Amino acid sequence: MPRRTEIETILVIGSGPIIIGQACEFDYSGTQAIRALREEGYRIVLVNSNPATIMTDPELADATYVEPISVEFIEKIIEKEKPSVILPTLGGQTALNTALELFDSGVLEKHGVEMIGAEAAVIRKAEDRDEFRQAMDNIGLKSAPSEIAHSMDEAQAAVEKIGLPCVIRPAFTLGGSGGGIAYNQEEFEQIAARGIRLSPVNEILIEKSLLGWKEFEMEVMRDRKDNCVIVCSIENLDPMGVHTGDSITVAPAQTLTDREYQHMRDASFAIMREIGVETGGSNVQFALNPADGELIVIEMNPRVSRSSALASKATGFPIAKFAAKLAVGYTLDEIQNDITKETPACFEPSIDYVVTKMPRFAFEKFPLSDSTLGTQMKSVGETMAIGRTFEESFQKALRGLEVGRVGFSGKRREFTPEELAHKLSRPAPGRIFAVYDAFLQRYTVEEVARLTGIDTWILAFLERLAHADATLEGRVLTDFGVNEMRTLKQMGFSDARLAEATNSSEAAVRAHRKELGIAVGFRLVDTCAGEFEARTPYLYSTYHWTRDEIPMQSKRRKVII
Amino acid sequence: MGSDLPASSTDNAQRPAILVLEDGSTFPGISVGAEGERAFELVFNTAMTGYQEILTDPSYAGQGVVMTYPQIGNYGIALADDESDRCWANALIMRQLSPRASNWRADMTLGEYLEQRDVLGIEGVDTREITLKLREHGALRAVMSTQRFDVESLVEIARNHPSLEGQDLAARVSCAAPYPWDEPLPPDPDGKGRSTTDSLIAPDAPHVVCYDFGVKRNILRCLVSTGLRLTVVPAKTSAEEVLALKPDGLFLSNGPGDPAAITYAHEEVRKLVQGGLPTFGICLGHQILAHVFGASTYKMKFGHHGANHPVVETNGRIDISSQNHGFAVDAESLEPSGLRITHRNGNDGTVAGMEHESLPVFSVQYHPEAAPGPHDPQHLFQRFKHWIVTGRPAKI
Repeated sequence: MPRRTEIETILVIGSGPIIIGQACEFDYSGTQAIRALREEGYRIVLVNSNPATIMTDPELADATYVEPISVEFIEKIIEKEKPSVILPTLGGQTALNTALELFDSGVLEKHGVEMIGAEAAVIRKAEDRDEFRQAMDNIGLKSAPSEIAHSMDEAQAAVEKIGLPCVIRPAFTLGGSGGGIAYNQEEFEQIAARGIRLSPVNEILIEKSLLGWKEFEMEVMRDRKDNCVIVCSIENLDPMGVHTGDSITVAPAQTLTDREYQHMRDASFAIMREIGVETGGSNVQFALNPADGELIVIEMNPRVSRSSALASKATGFPIAKFAAKLAVGYTLDEIQNDITKETPACFEPSIDYVVTKMPRFAFEKFPLSDSTLGTQMKSVGETMAIGRTFEESFQKALRGLEVGRVGFSGKRREFTPEELAHKLSRPAPGRIFAVYDAFLQRYTVEEVARLTGIDTWILAFLERLAHADATLEGRVLTDFGVNEMRTLKQMGFSDARLAEATNSSEAAVRAHRKELGIAVGFRLVDTCAGEFEARTPYLYSTYHWTRDEIPMQSKRRKVII
Repeated sequence: MGSDLPASSTDNAQRPAILVLEDGSTFPGISVGAEGERAFELVFNTAMTGYQEILTDPSYAGQGVVMTYPQIGNYGIALADDESDRCWANALIMRQLSPRASNWRADMTLGEYLEQRDVLGIEGVDTREITLKLREHGALRAVMSTQRFDVESLVEIARNHPSLEGQDLAARVSCAAPYPWDEPLPPDPDGKGRSTTDSLIAPDAPHVVCYDFGVKRNILRCLVSTGLRLTVVPAKTSAEEVLALKPDGLFLSNGPGDPAAITYAHEEVRKLVQGGLPTFGICLGHQILAHVFGASTYKMKFGHHGANHPVVETNGRIDISSQNHGFAVDAESLEPSGLRITHRNGNDGTVAGMEHESLPVFSVQYHPEAAPGPHDPQHLFQRFKHWIVTGRPAKI
């Protein structure tokens, strides 16, 4: 299907200032989309109040307005620029909510502006808790038992039905802000009142708690011919109860059988169709009961989401760019895979490495704030790491956080069983290091799993890493032979960690390692696990390699700034 | 130099294994399955889930499978997910095997399963390097051993191993005697989906005879769930014997080996389809139909093995499909055959589906039954039933 030629000018809404839950992800997606649409010859008008964005660079859009993202300002821009369509699905929740306000206040109709990517009714169906729950019922999928409330009286009646602990989710807010988990009546009253106040429609959802269930995400794309693909599956290391933005996550999903994975894939497409997202990307979140596989749909974002940036970089499939092309009428088979340059984008990436995302917190700057993690996002950023195995990618991601950690290791801390139980069962930024301590105190995988709710597959590797790390302490560097050194490097142990443990320097470790003939190599992210040749030099470092995969054209001299 | 050697296990009682390719390259690793020495054709599979279904798919007879995803065995083995009553792949080649099975349905770990089912398993090898070699050089023969580590003699064995070309493996994997099949698709994995009673077969349901060239259980389940009554027959069943079962439709299954070599099947199926029996073929069954109508097949460079291949129908519909084939139908040879192309592989344009211009015959190269892989093309089973019941192809 050809692109829409009757469109001349497209209005793109950015995501405004950086806040928790909405950071540079949406500059990334918006910038990609603006480039892709200009390539197609459209005139792009952008509004974003955040000057520290690539998308507001004057040469990127045809007209850029650094103005507040509000109905009043945008209406003036519409009057002046006369866009035929507005694309609200790339600027996070801010853009989506603003577009909805523009629609509701009649501004779009008055000026004849069409919403592309997602219609108002679709946004409402996905975002309104009651409509969403009804939609899930229609297609035979389960959502968590829940009740809607608009006042404290309604909230009280609801919690009597649902029981405690329960989750409180305000409608139409960012990163779950204003929500939380209430364990007792006092907490419930406090969170419910706050939620009603913060929701732009004064609405909260009181939901049965699925604490301890496994959490998965699916990144889905759909085009106007109803072709649907899964770009990436993501498994949360932290179980339900921790906001996915605060969770350590791993891609692809690791612990689903093919039958479970395909069931989740079918469910994702059914949701996309029932909600009515006709083109573009969406993110669907699921909870899975590890005891019996029961599947519950948590929510769906009918837009390019925070996870889309991660999924794009994890797979080499640029979700925002393709979402923009789909919004103006292309179909997936008409778009070329950016990496192979030969095969079409209508496929599902297969990856042959493991991706770990690690949230970055900044509680040190706010010593009085509560660092317990819950349904309201608290992390301020994240790092992503690619490794050939989970261990390599996990340790790399930890180092990327720049919190002074050289990997999955730490000072040996002795805790009483009570202290450890508390540290393991309370989700908080440093919890993963309490897992380390527990393994050094000879806790079993099952015990740690029971206290943390972290999957045993993940914990088995963390146990192995912790024990390997503990044996390094006080060793003599030159005692490490080639096999042990290679094994350690493949498990993701850094030169810095080995230097620290052997009381030497990184330079000395590196020199010894080189002498043993062990060097880092680079492998390609190619979207297809090696099946086709990749033309784009997108690489990750690993110690699991035998062949130098750096493409010839990128071997020219370069400068690192 | 590279850094690839057996990775990382803290288990001291590691048993060595070696994989040697016909081009002389060697991949030492850790043995994680049965003991022994076996030669095979090496293929890679890019599916990120479904190692168990792959191992038990009879189409992998005579092959060793490299899993491109580096973490295998994570969710262990759920015996209900077997695609046949045994493992057919000769060897499973992995970057890293999970020592633990993490899934509520798991009956055992993958390592235990490989030992029990007598499959060679190796971990700690550079699976991406092997994959790139196969992509560049095409299918390679290989040998894996847990007993002998003398590279020269192993290379010899790999080089002397017969190619799959010209080999009839279907007869080897087929059932010995006819049997009825009435098990439908299972409910959704959380047990709350469609009910198994939905597909109880009515006594007057259309009767389909399924030629077993190496059939996967999920094909049979899909047919039953569509509301068809099934009898499965051995590969060497004559047309007369099939007709004696009074079939309303004929199904030709997937299977291993060279489709050109199964000449007995070409003969018998020809008699059946020319009598106007509605016929549906999958994978090897699709290739056999090409031969039945005088077209030809060829061995591909390294084939298609994965769960992410787009298939484009002539009407524009795209399904993401599960694929597993090393041979393909030659598009040019189809011209005088009366068969026309209905589907092409979206990546390389090879023939992915065809239909006869006057007879009720259609077939696909890919796997609508999934297991492992996406369910997108499962509608094809409905199309088959529709054709049987109404005598006309379904409106797409």
